[in-house]
Amino acid sequence: MTAPEGDRLDHLDPEDPAYTYTAAKPPLPETPEQLRARIPGWGVDLDPADRPAFPRERFDPDLNGAHWEFPERQPERLPRERSIEHAFLTPVFGTATPLKGVSGAVRRYAYRYGEARTAHWLLLIAADRVDSVEETVRSFASRHPDDPVTETGVLAEATHGGLRSRFGRGRADVHHQVLDPVVVAAPWVVGGVVGYRALRALVRRVR
Amino acid sequence: MRAMVYRGPYRVRAEEKDSPRIEHPNDAIVRVTLAAICGSDLHLYHGAIPDTRPGTTFGHEFIGVVDQVGPSVEKLRVGDRVMVPFNIFCGSCFYCARGLQSNCHNVNANATAVGGIYGYSHTAGGYDGGQAEYVRVPFADVGPAVIPDWMHDEDAVVLTDAAATGYFGAQLADVVEGDVVVVLGAGPVGLLAAQSAWLMGAGRVIVVDQLPERLEKARTMAHAETVDFTEHDDVVVHLKRITGFLGADSVIDAVGAEADGNFLQHVAGAKLKLQGGSPIALNWAIDAVRKGGTISVMGAYGPVPNAVKFGDAMNKGLTLRMNQTPVKRQWPRMFEHVRNGHLTPREVVTHRFPLEHVAEGYHVFSSKLDGCIKPLVVPGAS
Repeated sequence: MTAPEGDRLDHLDPEDPAYTYTAAKPPLPETPEQLRARIPGWGVDLDPADRPAFPRERFDPDLNGAHWEFPERQPERLPRERSIEHAFLTPVFGTATPLKGVSGAVRRYAYRYGEARTAHWLLLIAADRVDSVEETVRSFASRHPDDPVTETGVLAEATHGGLRSRFGRGRADVHHQVLDPVVVAAPWVVGGVVGYRALRALVRRVR
Repeated sequence: MRAMVYRGPYRVRAEEKDSPRIEHPNDAIVRVTLAAICGSDLHLYHGAIPDTRPGTTFGHEFIGVVDQVGPSVEKLRVGDRVMVPFNIFCGSCFYCARGLQSNCHNVNANATAVGGIYGYSHTAGGYDGGQAEYVRVPFADVGPAVIPDWMHDEDAVVLTDAAATGYFGAQLADVVEGDVVVVLGAGPVGLLAAQSAWLMGAGRVIVVDQLPERLEKARTMAHAETVDFTEHDDVVVHLKRITGFLGADSVIDAVGAEADGNFLQHVAGAKLKLQGGSPIALNWAIDAVRKGGTISVMGAYGPVPNAVKFGDAMNKGLTLRMNQTPVKRQWPRMFEHVRNGHLTPREVVTHRFPLEHVAEGYHVFSSKLDGCIKPLVVPGAS
């Protein structure tokens, strides 16, 4: 046992429950020498100056090797949505999955709100769900329709120990994993019911 | 090319997709040789991050070979083997010039609340990620680094995020010699954070999780004491008890939005999306750290509000430190630690999935099957 505070508190008994209600710090089970012998590299970054994140901000415009003061601007081939908390479209931006369809309209609307507004984020999450339905409907007109069995990877339950990994191990997350299929299946069930009713109404109207 | 593509919550697949092209003079196109699935990819996979669009390719941890370079690229050549930090950054803005590359101002048009990240939704800039055969790498002269000859590919891919984040998390914990450091979560980030805390002189390192294989890894790889939170009615009380009823000097949250340990919090945050993830680990950190202590938050949370016990944090006089990791800033020192055997990133890797089986990879990792701690995705493998 070592007491980091040194000799001044040596007369106190570390086993006494009142020990840590004095000025003493709880004793450590191993000395620095023992730790250095047991742990590879113990203490090599003791000096904060050796730690790359110290200090938090360190002004050095040459740090990253950029050979520009302001980057060239990436061409905007399609109209690109942006946060209204930016003065302009950033000089470089991602080009994955541009806005389209109903989800695109919802997202375009969401970007009228600043990032401090919960409406901004909730509209974007709503658009994600609409987009998922749109994409699934589109997929049925393609050569690669969505397949919830292969896309959820659920077949790995059989090959990667679905039962033995979950049960008899006291896992806290098993209690709510039963909700995962609900989260996955609910939009399919709701979509199926709505589709069936719409089709039935259409057939009745035609008759 | 073949690429992992998100289809909706809990659904991904490998499909044919247009190859990326040079969009900016300082872009490179990298042929991916190895990618990883990160715990934070699960937030996307579960539909928790706003503006995650079906059709997007995930993957912010990858290494590969330079296939094309834009006309202004000076430092990379076609054929170079490169490791790419998960941050996309310009190298020249207010933040980059101060070492905060993860907060770059010039790469995320969609939000100022986060920097640019490969394959991490439009909220992080709308870039496709590296779980694919090819990926666009902006600012090729500032982001990627050529992989040293001595470095193992699996060390390199884990260094692009998880290992750097663990090391950064330990630094934000402000460890001084003899400190008691608690690490919540024994995933790849937590394991590397625990290893790193020793390098900074920790006197005790205690890792908390619930999965036996992860706790075992914390003991063998990170030489840490371990606590299985399912064995304790109140894990905070247990942590107080084993730290002389003072609490830890610092606590590192290496869990984030998918935290377990409180059914209602988890369902409200991770399943129903009523808050930006379940802040169970963050609240345990606030309660388990000693007064005047430091909390380092490496866990990722969504942009909507969380039910965090801020009153306790204020009354205890805590310092809360956090950020996405500026990865490239960590690398020179980390390369020394890896070469000297002080940090062992590839020890966290447990599974390797061919790109064509990426859906199984996500399911196994998400459901924590088969002792999965860190899955890799291998393009071109069968």
